[in-house]
Amino acid sequence: MTGHVLKYLGESKLELGAAEERKGNWRTGRDQEGILWLALDKADSSTNTISGDVLRELERHVSAAEEDLPHAVVIRSAKPGGFAAGADITGFAKMSDEGAAELLTQGHAVLDRLEKLTCPTICVVHGAALGAGFELALACDIRIAVPSASFAFPEVQLGLHPGLGGTFRLPALIDSTEAMTMMLSGKTAHTNRAKTLGIVDEIVEERHVAAAVRAFAKTGIERAEPGLKTRALGLEQARTLLARQMRNRTEERAPADHYPAPHALIELWEEHGTDRRTMQRGEIRSFANLLKTPSSKNLRRVFFLRQKLKDTARGDDDIAHVHVIGAGTMGAEIAAMAAIRGKRVSLSDLDTTALGRAIKQAAKLCEDKHLTNAETRDALDRLMPDPNGYGISRADLVIEAAPERIEVKEKTYAELKAQMKEGAILASNTSSLSIDDLSAHAPDKTRFAGLHFFNPVAKIPLVEVVVGSDTDTQTADRLAAFCGAIGKLPAQVGDYPGFVVNRILTPYLMEAMVLMDEGVPKEVIDSAALRFGMPMGPVTLADQVGLDIGLHVAESLRDRLDKPMAEITDMLQARVEQGDLGRKTGRGFYDWSDGTPHPDSEEHGPADLTDRLILPMLNAAVEVLGQGVAKDADQIDAAMIFATGWAPFRGGPLQYARTRGTRDVSDRLRALAKAHGPRFEPDEGWQGFN
Amino acid sequence: MTHPKAQRVFLVDGARTPFLKARQGPGPFTPVDLAVQAGRPLLARQNFDRAAFDLVILGCVNVIADEMNPARVAALRLGLGEQTVAFTVQINCGSGMQSIDTAYRYIREGSHQMILAGGAEALSHAPLMLRQSAVEWFGRMNAAKGPMDMARAMTGLRPEFFKPVIGLERGLTDPITELNMGQTAEVLAHRFGIDRAMADTYAMESHHRLAAAQKGGRLFDEVMPVFDRDGTVYDHDDGVRPDSDMESLSKLNPVFEKPHGKVTAGNSSQITDGASWVIVASERAVEAHGLTPLAEITDSEWAALDPSIMGLGPVLSATPIAQRHGLELNDIDLWELNEAFAAQVLSCIAAWNDEDFCRNVLGYDAAFGRIDRDRLNVDGGAISLGHPVGTSGNRIVLHLANAMKARGAKRGIATECIGGGLGGAMMLEAVT
Repeated sequence: MTGHVLKYLGESKLELGAAEERKGNWRTGRDQEGILWLALDKADSSTNTISGDVLRELERHVSAAEEDLPHAVVIRSAKPGGFAAGADITGFAKMSDEGAAELLTQGHAVLDRLEKLTCPTICVVHGAALGAGFELALACDIRIAVPSASFAFPEVQLGLHPGLGGTFRLPALIDSTEAMTMMLSGKTAHTNRAKTLGIVDEIVEERHVAAAVRAFAKTGIERAEPGLKTRALGLEQARTLLARQMRNRTEERAPADHYPAPHALIELWEEHGTDRRTMQRGEIRSFANLLKTPSSKNLRRVFFLRQKLKDTARGDDDIAHVHVIGAGTMGAEIAAMAAIRGKRVSLSDLDTTALGRAIKQAAKLCEDKHLTNAETRDALDRLMPDPNGYGISRADLVIEAAPERIEVKEKTYAELKAQMKEGAILASNTSSLSIDDLSAHAPDKTRFAGLHFFNPVAKIPLVEVVVGSDTDTQTADRLAAFCGAIGKLPAQVGDYPGFVVNRILTPYLMEAMVLMDEGVPKEVIDSAALRFGMPMGPVTLADQVGLDIGLHVAESLRDRLDKPMAEITDMLQARVEQGDLGRKTGRGFYDWSDGTPHPDSEEHGPADLTDRLILPMLNAAVEVLGQGVAKDADQIDAAMIFATGWAPFRGGPLQYARTRGTRDVSDRLRALAKAHGPRFEPDEGWQGFN
Repeated sequence: MTHPKAQRVFLVDGARTPFLKARQGPGPFTPVDLAVQAGRPLLARQNFDRAAFDLVILGCVNVIADEMNPARVAALRLGLGEQTVAFTVQINCGSGMQSIDTAYRYIREGSHQMILAGGAEALSHAPLMLRQSAVEWFGRMNAAKGPMDMARAMTGLRPEFFKPVIGLERGLTDPITELNMGQTAEVLAHRFGIDRAMADTYAMESHHRLAAAQKGGRLFDEVMPVFDRDGTVYDHDDGVRPDSDMESLSKLNPVFEKPHGKVTAGNSSQITDGASWVIVASERAVEAHGLTPLAEITDSEWAALDPSIMGLGPVLSATPIAQRHGLELNDIDLWELNEAFAAQVLSCIAAWNDEDFCRNVLGYDAAFGRIDRDRLNVDGGAISLGHPVGTSGNRIVLHLANAMKARGAKRGIATECIGGGLGGAMMLEAVT
């Protein structure tokens, strides 16, 4: 709500104290009480990153403080968006081995000197303090958080670990198990949790920052002696025990041969524990080594791919009201996500019980996301169950999530014609029907497209924005912006059977069915895929997606594409007919009544098992690229990683193909074709792909 | 200064939640929750934007502490914007009609064009209160400084402090005469010769009529289903007993004045949660937005009488309207007379048909007449639907408009008795 009064008064401005004079990336100044204010305001960016320049300039300010000691030093960000988003990782890609270690050593030196200043050093954090930003905050004596502050070490998601002192400063400040968990998981600690953990010393509203700073400048802070637990962990045996536990837990989610970084961190901590000096040297060395690993290079590329997709999601979607047709699993969750993100949503369905379930699901989602009572109330107020479809004429976007039958969708679209607003967009969540076929019945072809979400909607960030032949650019852009508005990553793709993700994923699922027909146990199949680095085996995934959906998509691909494919097995058809559809019915190929199955077989099955599962995906990816369905290879890799969790440390299917060698891959495909059938024949696109 | 010409005022549309009987403990919705669930679909189905509303008025008797000025809280939660003024009104059972009346008068005088006027009540949330003696004891505990002080205060603890006062009981008792509402109905039953069988018959008909209306889909545009966070859907007034019969009704004991009374739980209105809204608009607004109103509001009246006979409120408030417009009994096609108690409704009917009463109290030469049962509460009433105190006044006006439209009626009056000795009445006419 920003009425004219609030607009006039303006947003609560950031308290920058005396930091007026701008030099490079920092604004500085000493106030009347002798407090030195340093506000990070990175030039040419709306976000702060801790670059080489930033650290060099900080060094100069620290030098000046050493010579003429201020009453206290305050470090904060001048960017409204947050404190600092970490180190400048574009820089890393260009660094040589020695270059990296050199830069890190210099960075450590600055932070060490900052830490050693004998006056109180106070860090004020608003918004996110990530990675190196968090490390800058840790080098200060005192941390004040403004509500909205959050802290995290996401380096592990880039195949690294903290490299500017986090590995010893955080365990020294808070419980070391909590510290290690934060660094190993990359999880965020929000304001209140950060205070409970001990990362933050005080939480104050922005309007009281100046007063809080003055108070701390006067008193400094007393830190309690290290407790029994910390002292116990000074002993090597204690650390070894704990390290073993951490290693086992980490191995489950991030096996060492795929993801070396968390294991390197555990080793570092186990060996050097509370010996700060050796830990510091070890940290620099370990970080520099990890930079070179293919896993880290690929994960850093994934980060950029994510940024690229995010960039396409900018702009104004002009969508205030969304109407969702169909309160099944997908429709209900899409509606809930949009309402939680601030859109006004109406949800219609022929069955009011389904609407009731949708509300229950939405309430649960609010709880899972740790929304406050007021936020939950507001989100649920925005989500209107709409059995009579009153919302359709108010909607700027209508998302059709009805059953996958063309007659049903046609009928629905016909009814919409009379009700939809001028300029409103109609989008279909279809996975197996052609957008161009459906557009023939849409109220306005230019404002019709596919908006393909993945199950579970709340967890999977990727959405395929399927652009039909008549969809105009404005519609495609608005849909991409809508995805951004509701926290999703849009991939604009063309209308092609299976679009991008399902086209590539289906051969993986269908080959698994064929293998099961050949007598290979499903646990063996899934375990092989897990060993390769897929987050879920194909049989588990088929159950998760829904065997009926998988079957629909497979049939649609078979009918619409003139390409040899894995036969749809009788077993699959039988299950679907029986109603064993997978997770949503409690049973598919696996029994889901006790939760997600975790197949773990020591057996390796046939020698070519893994290639039979993985290579068809590469083949389909090359086909999709050649047909111009996706923008480029990067987008295909991004889509697969963000929609299916495709082994991110391998960079995605096309990156993996490049790494393995495109010639090697096509030769292997030819060999598999000889042994098992034409479905493995390499696509003609391999010739032009590199 | 000359007064501006009186504007014509229209009832454009309205909707309500199902009325939900209060059972064990607080229901899933607060008064504002109900107001939001009724208001959302109503606003969504209009062809104009929320910004068109100048004002929001909500009747509510049991305001809960978390929702001070529930009109404003509801307006903000309905997305009506921070710049829309909203206030809450309370005239006991008349609150839901008072909101419409206030809207009517503001629009008539030309200061406003479109007002959202409603009523909301969650009697199941009526508080359990501490006795005064317990409150004082807690006060002493709080003020205690130090362990000795606290120990001294503790010795004053009595078991009776833990017996709560039921807010609802106190709310339904008139403080001046110290009669509860049901007792006022007994007073009228005695005075107008209403016996147990007549009251039970009336009550049974109320249930049958509501059941028929539900079955016939006559409440489809009026009742909007509501949804709680557990996924339960409430889509109909759930106090209805379609199989109500004289035998089961006759088995009930009198509830307010045992053992000889005629008023039982079966022939009284039920304790219920519910909310209702109507959109009131000026002729100018109707034209500007191209609206097709349900009815025109052409008059209203409030009356006052002795609290011990508050049940006659309808007679005292509806009659002046009829007299002003020169209307005879048969000029009024439909009546919505709130069914606080069967005996009370029947007493009003009897009073209007009593020549003596009409001469001495109402200023008529002869009896006004006997209201035709087929024009009265045609789709049931508070006995079968329930009486969420702050809402009923709003519902009877809304339903009158809907019933008039469905039956092609020209003129109708909605009227109710009000605890404390008041009556409210409103006249609607079909739009020409």
